[in-house]
Amino acid sequence: MTIRMIARLDIKGPNLVKGIHLEGLRVLGTPEQFAKAYYEQGADELLYMDVVASLYGRNSLLDIVARTSREIFIPLTVGGGLRTLEDIQQALRAGADKVALNTAAIRNPTLVQDATTRFGSSTIVVSIEAIRKPDGHYEAYTDNGREPTGVDAFAWARQAAELGAGELLITSIDREGTGEGFDLELTRRIAEAVPIPVIACGGAGTAQHVADVIVHGKADAVCMASLLHYHLIKQDGKKRRAGLEAEGNLEYLKSRRGFSKIQGTSFPAIKAFLGTQGMICRQPAGETVHA
Amino acid sequence: MRRSSRPQVAIVDYGMGNLFSVKHACAYAGMEASTTSTAQELLAADAVILPGVGAFGDAMAMLARRDLVSVLRDIAASGKPLLGICLGLQLLMRESSEFGRHDGLGIIDGDVVRLEGGRDHGRAAKVPQVGWNRIHRRGAQAWTGSLLDGVPEDAYMYFVHSFYVRPVDPGLVVATTRYGPAEFCSGLRQGNVCAVQFHPERSGPDGLTIYRNLAARLPASMPEVQHA
Repeated sequence: MTIRMIARLDIKGPNLVKGIHLEGLRVLGTPEQFAKAYYEQGADELLYMDVVASLYGRNSLLDIVARTSREIFIPLTVGGGLRTLEDIQQALRAGADKVALNTAAIRNPTLVQDATTRFGSSTIVVSIEAIRKPDGHYEAYTDNGREPTGVDAFAWARQAAELGAGELLITSIDREGTGEGFDLELTRRIAEAVPIPVIACGGAGTAQHVADVIVHGKADAVCMASLLHYHLIKQDGKKRRAGLEAEGNLEYLKSRRGFSKIQGTSFPAIKAFLGTQGMICRQPAGETVHA
Repeated sequence: MRRSSRPQVAIVDYGMGNLFSVKHACAYAGMEASTTSTAQELLAADAVILPGVGAFGDAMAMLARRDLVSVLRDIAASGKPLLGICLGLQLLMRESSEFGRHDGLGIIDGDVVRLEGGRDHGRAAKVPQVGWNRIHRRGAQAWTGSLLDGVPEDAYMYFVHSFYVRPVDPGLVVATTRYGPAEFCSGLRQGNVCAVQFHPERSGPDGLTIYRNLAARLPASMPEVQHA
């Protein structure tokens, strides 16, 4: 079984942003630019997450999805603020292959059932964002990690699978954006409890972290953001900054500051590293990995 | 008004699955694709794509409700290129054992059975299979002349499925894929009918080759000459 390597692109309005613990968003560029670069690098999938998910921004997100879907021929999952079957339909119409549901699903779990019945299980990803509590249990949060729900993340994961979800996207809010590595316990306990694929998200700082969450976290797929984004920015930061000066918080891009814990890297490098560790990843046409 | 010189492809819309990525891939390969559920438009097109995601029984019921069962059989018999994708491949078969026994379109003799989970390279092989897997050339039969022409051997394609097809005639199988304990038919060809278990529209450049091959064999693509 190949392990899927997924680029996660957090979107606010027209921009690709990145935060830490899902907060403190910085503008990095446009999602289309990064999506294209990752497609060409050999990404297995893309995840677009609308992190503000305001009603106002919805049309802008759908436009971005439509533009991306015309040029990029790998699976695209879209999440953030999808609340109804109609919202899901619109995202699919724009060109999404799958949708990720969090807030609306946890408030109304029958939405998962209704959505899988109407669009097929393989179209519905349930996104669970969890924080580890001092007593060791994990609580599911909604609204991009802002709202506690009181719901146990493991119980919700099992329920979502029973309701027909095709995959689970598991994000550790504690680790998200830190580059300190994935929450292996969170990922492993869910992956072992459900029969459906589990995508690990939050904390990737090095290729070794990715390997760890596959081996010890039992992840079927791995989502990455910062380590990919910062590498790409370093490669052609100047070009990317041009035209963005007018929008958003550009402090990060201007400062050229890096995170010591995040070792920027690319899909080919990550896949080559995993190959040396005996893990199988899809290699794009014409390329072979020498272990 | 002159009809577009680009080949016209009709994507069968029977209410199941995401047709938009299929449409975008057709456009990328130079075809003009429309989604339709009317017999008239299907019969008028240069080629027909039968996509689909979801349950076999539901899909057959939706096709029947739109009176498309016999239309699709006629198209298969007419010699017009017909491409089945994912559930669209499975629907071509005689029958499926998905949630009880269901009749398929019966265009290809054979059945549809469930993937077995198990172990795969030391890891759990979950069902459905969601992800990239290789397609292997069947025996000595080359892909030359099929829609897989030009696809590298053992290329990775994107799969999402719980069931697979077993054609009675092994000679129809052009590609196989291994998952868990199974080696299953991931691509077949019967004359003008080609079908694949994976999603070529979501399988990167190698998948797009299949769409380009489809475009290349359609009549309307011939007169389009590029002048420098």
